[in-house]
Amino acid sequence: MSRQSRRRSEKQQIDWHLPSTSSTGSAYHMGTELFILTYGTLVAQLCEDCEKDEDINKVLDKMGHNIGTRLVEDFLARSNIAQCRNSYETAEVIAKVAFKMYLGVTPRVTFWNQAGDDCSLFLEKNPLRGYVEIPEKHSNLLYSNMICGILRGALKMVRLQVDIQLLHDSVNDDKVTEIRMKLMRRHKAVRTVEKEQKHPVGT
Amino acid sequence: MNKQEMADEALFQLLHIEIVSYVYKSAEQGEESGRCVTKLENMGFRVGQGLIERFTKDTARFKDELDVMKFICKDFWTSVFKKQIDNLRTNHQGIYVLQDNKFRLLTQMSAGKQYLEHAPKYLAFTCGLVRGALSNLGIKSIVTVEVTTMPACKFQVMIQKV
Repeated sequence: MSRQSRRRSEKQQIDWHLPSTSSTGSAYHMGTELFILTYGTLVAQLCEDCEKDEDINKVLDKMGHNIGTRLVEDFLARSNIAQCRNSYETAEVIAKVAFKMYLGVTPRVTFWNQAGDDCSLFLEKNPLRGYVEIPEKHSNLLYSNMICGILRGALKMVRLQVDIQLLHDSVNDDKVTEIRMKLMRRHKAVRTVEKEQKHPVGT
Repeated sequence: MNKQEMADEALFQLLHIEIVSYVYKSAEQGEESGRCVTKLENMGFRVGQGLIERFTKDTARFKDELDVMKFICKDFWTSVFKKQIDNLRTNHQGIYVLQDNKFRLLTQMSAGKQYLEHAPKYLAFTCGLVRGALSNLGIKSIVTVEVTTMPACKFQVMIQKV
């Protein structure tokens, strides 16, 4: 079943390969650069405003969450991906389509656990870290934490609760950024009509 | 147009909105809105400096000020907002007015007078962007913006003679 799904998502991914020598190739990189530089300025501003790295991480996560809830609509509109049938497909779509579309990189999905709901995304070259040097005093700063927030917010809107953590950021001499993603459960669609009907029965 | 280019735009726009909302939220203890606008403008300044370095790496030297402004209106604006400035006017004495009839960061907000009072918040970053770009091209300036009907806006650049 997993082989079938890989084939299906591969067919959809053919559209996203951007030839490196295309005339629009350089324009594309500029678009990401604007985002990367803005992100860097934001983190610099946060470092000034907040004293502790943990606070900065929290703010980045919250902002990422807000962005993710909106970004998922943009993603679904552009990509026309059908519903993913299991967590393998979800992870593949995130890595091969979403990351490629917005950041231009494709992380590796590995380290699945036995139950098949816990995996790691490895980013060999984190694009956000392009022009950044983090001083010693911010050693606890998770620079790319917004990515985790974006993933969390986006998946929340498709009713998947996830626990996402940034394990290694390619900051402290780690060359690789690792994001650990644990798909926890599906939310059931909340039906407000049923809730209203319950109240008169209670009283 | 390449889907990937357009996708980057969405990401930057959402990030920009979050930044504005963060700056204003973290300043609600009695700070004036002027401080927030300055903060946003300074952030844009830094980004503009970085961006212009990347863009002009391989371009030829600019002949004069007008050439620089034309570059900003055409190439810089296209790379950042995927369209050109619609109208450039100058009095040839250091004041330039850049008119964008459909400013990308405002199109999703309103198409008229609604939310006009909130427009400056979302334009401060871009003013800084232009100021930063000019600064790294060796031109000191003051950039302000005027909005009467969204999403059209006019950026006014005042070159400061050193």
